[in-house]
Amino acid sequence: MSERRVVVTSPRTRAATRPRYPATREIDEQTRLGEVYMRSLVRSQLRLSLFVCTVLACVVGGLPALFLLIPGLRELRLLGVPLPWVILAGLIYPMFVGCAWWYVRQAERTEKDFAELVDRR
Amino acid sequence: MSSSYELAAVLLVVAATVFIGAFGLRLSRTTSDFYVASRTVSPLWNASAIGGEYLSAASFLGIAGLVLVHGADMLWLPVGWAGGYLILLVLVSAPLRRSGAYTLPDFAEARLESMRVRRTASVLVILIGWLYLMPQFQSAGLVLRTLVDVPVWMGGLLVASVVTVNVLSGGMRSITFVQAFQYWLKLTALAVPVVFLLLAWRADGAPGIADQDWLLPLEGSRDHPVYATYSLILATFLGTMGLPHVLVRFYTNPDGRAARRTTLAVLSLLGMFYLLPALYGALGRIYAPDLAATGGGDAVVLTLPGRVIGGMAGDLLGALVTAGAFAAFLSTSSGLTVSVAGVLAQDILGGGVRSFRLATLIAVVVPLALAAAARSLPVADVVGLAFAVAASSFCPLLVLGVWWRRLTETGALAGLLVGGGLACGAVIWTIASGPLDGWQGALLAEPAAWTVPIAFGVMVATSLLTPGRIPAGVARTMVRLHAPEALDVDRGDWRPRRS
Repeated sequence: MSERRVVVTSPRTRAATRPRYPATREIDEQTRLGEVYMRSLVRSQLRLSLFVCTVLACVVGGLPALFLLIPGLRELRLLGVPLPWVILAGLIYPMFVGCAWWYVRQAERTEKDFAELVDRR
Repeated sequence: MSSSYELAAVLLVVAATVFIGAFGLRLSRTTSDFYVASRTVSPLWNASAIGGEYLSAASFLGIAGLVLVHGADMLWLPVGWAGGYLILLVLVSAPLRRSGAYTLPDFAEARLESMRVRRTASVLVILIGWLYLMPQFQSAGLVLRTLVDVPVWMGGLLVASVVTVNVLSGGMRSITFVQAFQYWLKLTALAVPVVFLLLAWRADGAPGIADQDWLLPLEGSRDHPVYATYSLILATFLGTMGLPHVLVRFYTNPDGRAARRTTLAVLSLLGMFYLLPALYGALGRIYAPDLAATGGGDAVVLTLPGRVIGGMAGDLLGALVTAGAFAAFLSTSSGLTVSVAGVLAQDILGGGVRSFRLATLIAVVVPLALAAAARSLPVADVVGLAFAVAASSFCPLLVLGVWWRRLTETGALAGLLVGGGLACGAVIWTIASGPLDGWQGALLAEPAAWTVPIAFGVMVATSLLTPGRIPAGVARTMVRLHAPEALDVDRGDWRPRRS
């Protein structure tokens, strides 16, 4: 039996030269890792959305309760206008826009972070 | 004599609407153009168009009327109608655009991979659309009758005809331009007269409102004000996302990010507009309290310029608000007609441009007949009922569909049928029998506080009981709904069915 010559390479070298497996493919092939990536994105977006909804629920749900529990509050006047009117017919709209603006910024940031995480080579 | 100015204003709005609509004629030739304007609409146009479509007779005339009659509690109505867009923004706007669906039934089909859910959603879209169209036609009739001596149904017929011609000739593209124009017209038509009204009010010595109960929330003339307030808040905040004519606009955004930004713009435009109706309500309480007593609250916006300012200026300003009111009838009715006709054509008549034309006629004629037959309730109340139905059916479907992987076909179906069914039942009862007294009346007139939790509960519980019916492609659909467009990932091959 003659000696057969074989090529001996270090496994480390091979590992180093193998192309990285991109995370987008993990997502496409629905591997466990891909699922983890997607769930983390959905969860952070949902957390952000629920935070805004909670703030909104406290403000919007709290106002009638406040007016009910502390009736005196309804009769306060700002520049001659009753407080409920100042809030409901005025100030609440800029508050909505502010919340929406903040949310859009945060949501876009989350998506940018996710894209960078998944797309890096 | 004053009515001749107003009549001229109405004719001008009608002519302008038809004219601008005709511009779209050459641009829309294929089915895809008819449905969503080929997604080439710029964000500012899109936001104005959403605003224009959304601000119906209920916003333009109805809010001021209800504030005049019932006082501070009614301020929640515009707050909810604007705030609904904040909920829509944070919960559904971007994923919904990314789903690639054109209509609510498309979304139901894409997410749940079920034709049964799709058909149920179609029926609900048509019902909500008709419920929303009916009071638009009724108010058009009331407004036109104050100008010329014609039967009430004539106004509705006029609006219905213009809408039909417009939708048939241009489809969505022309509608987008018409709608954008209508938003700015409506804003101007309320904002300019209110400046003159406030000046006249100051010159008059700035009289206050004597009726303290009217000024305070939870003291209004309605039964069970606390329950009614919370139910109204729930219906308006959650119902906005389930309105068929609002969602169809989101597909004209190029991507999910643009959909979010458009929603932010819409919220700003609506916030600006909704500062105005409350002022009309309050001024009406000072100068036209008789309208509250005779049940003519919806006319307060149209009546005030003539009463407070009077003369030539009053006539011209009156003509301006009348023009705005007609813009409101036309724009909302157009948007609703396109949505209802689209769903009717696709899911019931088999698709294609020809069935879209037939569907347009059906979409308009049924609510026109209902408007003539049903009793006339305040316009904002009936529109509020449409919100309650949307909040009890599409809101759970969209929210759970976007965020919860374990939603099943059976769960969605059960939730839509129970929630939508209960809300529709309450609506039919209220419209058919008129407002009832006591708890029964409060529960039926403002059903959202009990129907929305029931709908969510049924949808979640049934889904948990049928874990075998989770759609096979849910993981891929989640990628589609949530992954930013810039990423190169597989989003599945679902496409909305086009003929």
